[in-house]
Amino acid sequence: MSHSVPSRPQMDVQVERKFVPKQKDLGADVTWAKINKDVLKSLEKPRPVFWVIFFSALALFSFGVYCEVYQYQNGMGVSDLNNPQVWGLYIATFIFWIGMGHSGTLLSALLHIIHADWRKPIYRYSEAMTTFTLLTAALFVLVHMGRLWQFYYVVAYPNERWTWPNFTSPLVWDATAIGTYLTSSLLFLYMGMIPDLAICRDNARGARRALYRFLSMGWQGTDRQWANFKVAYMTMACFLMPLAVSVHSIVSTDFAVSQNPGWHVTSFPPYFVLGALYSGCSGIITLFIVLRYVFRFEAYMTQPILNKLIKMTFAIAMVWTYLDLIEYATTWYGSDEVAKADLVYRATGDYALQFWGMIFCAMVMPFTLLIRFVRTNYTTLLIISLILNVGMWLERFQIITPTFAKSHYPWLWTAGWFPSWVQWGIVAGSFGWFTMLFMLYCKIFPSVSMYEVKEMVHEQNMEEKAHATQTEVHEPGLLPEMEGGQA
Amino acid sequence: MSLSNLIQNWNSFRTRRPYEGQYEDAPYKWAMVIDLDSCIGCNACTVACYAENNLPVVGKERFGKGQAMHWIRIERYWGADEAKATEFPERGAEYLPMLCQQCEAAPCEPVCPVGATHHSPDGLNTQVYNRCVGSRYCSANCPYKVRYFNWWNYPDRAWPNPLELQLNPDVTVRSKGVMEKCTFCMQRLRAGMDKAKTEGRILADGEVLTACAQACPTSAITFGNWADKKSKVARMWKNQQVDLAKNSQEKSEEGIRGYRILEDLNTYPSVVYLERLRNLEA
Repeated sequence: MSHSVPSRPQMDVQVERKFVPKQKDLGADVTWAKINKDVLKSLEKPRPVFWVIFFSALALFSFGVYCEVYQYQNGMGVSDLNNPQVWGLYIATFIFWIGMGHSGTLLSALLHIIHADWRKPIYRYSEAMTTFTLLTAALFVLVHMGRLWQFYYVVAYPNERWTWPNFTSPLVWDATAIGTYLTSSLLFLYMGMIPDLAICRDNARGARRALYRFLSMGWQGTDRQWANFKVAYMTMACFLMPLAVSVHSIVSTDFAVSQNPGWHVTSFPPYFVLGALYSGCSGIITLFIVLRYVFRFEAYMTQPILNKLIKMTFAIAMVWTYLDLIEYATTWYGSDEVAKADLVYRATGDYALQFWGMIFCAMVMPFTLLIRFVRTNYTTLLIISLILNVGMWLERFQIITPTFAKSHYPWLWTAGWFPSWVQWGIVAGSFGWFTMLFMLYCKIFPSVSMYEVKEMVHEQNMEEKAHATQTEVHEPGLLPEMEGGQA
Repeated sequence: MSLSNLIQNWNSFRTRRPYEGQYEDAPYKWAMVIDLDSCIGCNACTVACYAENNLPVVGKERFGKGQAMHWIRIERYWGADEAKATEFPERGAEYLPMLCQQCEAAPCEPVCPVGATHHSPDGLNTQVYNRCVGSRYCSANCPYKVRYFNWWNYPDRAWPNPLELQLNPDVTVRSKGVMEKCTFCMQRLRAGMDKAKTEGRILADGEVLTACAQACPTSAITFGNWADKKSKVARMWKNQQVDLAKNSQEKSEEGIRGYRILEDLNTYPSVVYLERLRNLEA
């Protein structure tokens, strides 16, 4: 090992770099008492803009309800759906919302399993986003049904006639997968909230106190409770992660299992899952910026955390881009002439604008995240994250509409189909419904996890202390370690 | 109901059709031959179908929106390439009557979430209106796009009093939100088969016809029992060298006109079309 002696100066440089203090995820002024105070304050008095957002969302939602009632009473015809265009915006938006629901689980479950601590201040609202996007997606399943009053036929329930759903149909897999995912993520969200609900209970008055008391289920914070809680939470996280992957894979089989040109692609499941994570991550960035401002979470939703979130989003965007290009390549070099014609039609036909819009918004725009100014400026970032999601919505649109417009049978090749105001109204209403629920949630429940941020602060302090002592003892050239190496 | 019954129900959706000897012992398998050379595009079949099956007339506006309800439709084609159409405009369009192909391996069947569409023992692809929830997946997956959805509550407007008296009492009037399609005039088949059963025989060839076959002035549509090897339709299939269980047909000589539409998608349709002949010199 004598050759290591000449390299000694180089190693010094490395060691020095290692101890350049990184920007901490949380500021030094964050204490346990401050966390409680700040988060509890978010339940009391948000900025006035909260009410603006809430009531605009409520208005949008009311309009959506009006459209749905109109469609319910008159029939699906009011949506201008027709023979080849049987699904339209409803299924496109359904996939969009299901997709949004995947990143919450990624943040809360996967990053929990691999101990990525930076997730702690932001996972709670992401998990809530998952739950509410799933609720929104479930609405679209009902909205697009011709006879929604008989939706329960799709669910496998025992009945006196022993009639069952058709288990070979991807729609039944859908209903089962989404039902399971919704239940589990709701449970996961609730379970993670219990210690925080106890804090709320101890600080609330009146009706709220009763609510939190009921929901916190007698949490006292004893050792035994914490031990059980940790085990249960980790178990749920491990259960939820494969579930999340399976749900969007199953949604993709709605298309991959059918035989329409452009849908019959084996790479659809990973492509859909990545697309879901992608749109979900940009949704989380949007909500990050909104919550940070509305509920004054500046101390918890910090630049370093946002930066990590953006890195993750960028990586996912690149994988999604790769899979999208793969899909085109397999079709292009494949033997199915109809699918190839369909691909060309998508890029050059009546829906070329949507296609290239999708390419621009979802494939080109992520590269702006490489610019430091975009990453650090909240306004531009808000706009970029919204553009990414517009791109992902267009992606879902151009999976469905051009395929129906030019499928196998030439007599039904139709050009220029456009959804009616009822469809647009219901789609807008779904955004209102989601925002309304989400904002209500953040007003009623702690949207930053208090106990986990406290853990984070504690660990940060421990780390600092360790560094301090390490620096004191080992700073003179870090000799002990190197001598050990040489011996 | 027992568990075995239940499993049998599920399996009926998983049966791979067509299978070896599927109709060897079966009394009935309904099939059709449409001779495009005889078709003059008069739409009599469509009108007959509207009358027989209580199809609503949807009006110009909704027709233009693509919400029409014609179980059999006459499609017009102006030649494979544009040049041909402009070169001989006096020859007019080529017609193709399109109806549900009653596929043996129907793409609509496995995807229905509630099992509202399924295969009957006599080879028909049936639709159970009561069970349909209107997810329209069957229509999305049908390559021929011959499934029609009740976008509106058509009976409200289609038969103003006293026109409701013209409705066929043997056929359900469909309400909004369900899918429907050509049934090969199942009500006629059912009545005929029941009558024959009481008399202890099977239906004779030509005893029961679909409304479209009955109305066709040029007899372009031949309908019959394919399982009966002596029936006209079975003989035509044989002469045209179309095998029900194959997804591409080999012809022994040139000039045999029988083919099935989009056969390579493995749908195994029950309708054979006879290619149209054109005298390009005329």
